[in-house]
Amino acid sequence: MIAMQEILTSIDVGLIFGIVAIGIYLTFRTINFADLTCDGSFALGAAVSATLIVDGVNPYLASIISLISGGVAGFLTGILNIKFKIADLLAGIIVAFMLYSVNLRIMNNSPNITLADERVIFSGMNTSLAIFAIISFLVLIMVCLLFSRFGLKLRAVGYNRQFALISGVNTNLMTISGVSISNALIALGGSLFSQYQGFCDISQGFGGLVIGLTSVIIGEKIFAFKKEPLIIISCIFGSILYRIFINIALHGSTFGIRTQDLNLLTGFMTIGALLIRKRCRNA
Amino acid sequence: MLELIDISVGNILIGLSMVIRRGEYVLITGENGAGKTTLFNTISGIIKPDSGRLMLNDRDITNLPPYKRAVWISSVLQDPRVGTIGEMTIAENLYLASMRRKSPGQNKCMKKSIAFFKEKLKVLEMNLENRLDEKVRNLSGGQRQALSLVMATIADYELLLLDEITASLDPKNSKTIMNLVDKIVRDKGKTCLVITHDTDCIEAFRGSRLILSNGKVAKSTNMNS
Repeated sequence: MIAMQEILTSIDVGLIFGIVAIGIYLTFRTINFADLTCDGSFALGAAVSATLIVDGVNPYLASIISLISGGVAGFLTGILNIKFKIADLLAGIIVAFMLYSVNLRIMNNSPNITLADERVIFSGMNTSLAIFAIISFLVLIMVCLLFSRFGLKLRAVGYNRQFALISGVNTNLMTISGVSISNALIALGGSLFSQYQGFCDISQGFGGLVIGLTSVIIGEKIFAFKKEPLIIISCIFGSILYRIFINIALHGSTFGIRTQDLNLLTGFMTIGALLIRKRCRNA
Repeated sequence: MLELIDISVGNILIGLSMVIRRGEYVLITGENGAGKTTLFNTISGIIKPDSGRLMLNDRDITNLPPYKRAVWISSVLQDPRVGTIGEMTIAENLYLASMRRKSPGQNKCMKKSIAFFKEKLKVLEMNLENRLDEKVRNLSGGQRQALSLVMATIADYELLLLDEITASLDPKNSKTIMNLVDKIVRDKGKTCLVITHDTDCIEAFRGSRLILSNGKVAKSTNMNS
């Protein structure tokens, strides 16, 4: 039987990855931009904050700097797409690819950094409560943002770019802003995850996009909100559910599934969620 | 006043020049491929001309992107599914359209603009003022086109472009929309460019006419009198 502690851990990790899911929702759904920078910007956030924390920088400040660094990565992807006319998918892949080298440099050419003896953002407080408070604050900000005039313009760009353009919306600026905000959130997710785990690894971001996307799809299907900006709350729930599913599936090799099967399992879950989505749409 | 000076776009518009005076109501017609929609896209800024200049009330707008031109130029597109956002509510569509330019009666906050939106929708007599929270995708084609007409005129404008706005509608809805154009636009004395090849619309039209052929103005008549 899965222990209560494992469920709590799933909720903690699910909440942290919920930020990544919100970031992915913002690009893939809100502004309709297939951004693959995610894997790179997640590791970037982790690398920046881990390096800064080891250097003695305040963990809160380190987290904010990692958020900004993710924003810069997203900005670069946006610029490649808008100004240099490189397709969104390719622009994201290029930036994520380049970020691998950048992250290694940030980490002083070491593939991992331990934070076991460092003061991190969760030190001296109840970790689960701290994560819940941070995520609640971020969700509140994002809901307010999407309900604002800026948010309405962002959504308009995703739904109908031509109409947005003739309605006076600077679609290029909105796209770059959307991708930047998305990657800033993803990098913050990476930063919080490395601090939660107590270490940072260069390959930490691998698969983050698929996990985030699966969380978004699960969330949208199970926790459907009528008002669109509230859907980001369902991203958080989707992320928690995903973690719990994975935990149950891997628990004690109940179904003969092992840890190394995680990507296979995630892939099947994504396909399953997409098929359910398609069937519901057709119905 | 809208001035097109020697505008060329590929081999669709060839050295097109025309002057439309302030407050004029002009119908532009022509065969398929005559360059009507290209002209619309050039004026709204979606297409950048290869050469020539575009002046609106003594401002050179040739190099301005569409979102900057939107402060003065308002457009209604041929397909109401493109001219509105189906996934947003009627109120959100109107709010987005009203951000184009500050106008009397509108408010920065959407909730405070509801009374303003209701007042604008009442003119349509389609009961849309009581469906503000409904998604636009639930509306019929005619209702969506009527809504896009209100959206185009909700904020102040100097030039209104109507691109084949009855093309995707049945005859009954076409008539309703053209009556609404008369009701909402004509009486305001604003400059308006109607692009169409709908024969009913052409016959009923009262205003100047320009006939495009091979990317040039082939004929110009003034029917105001």
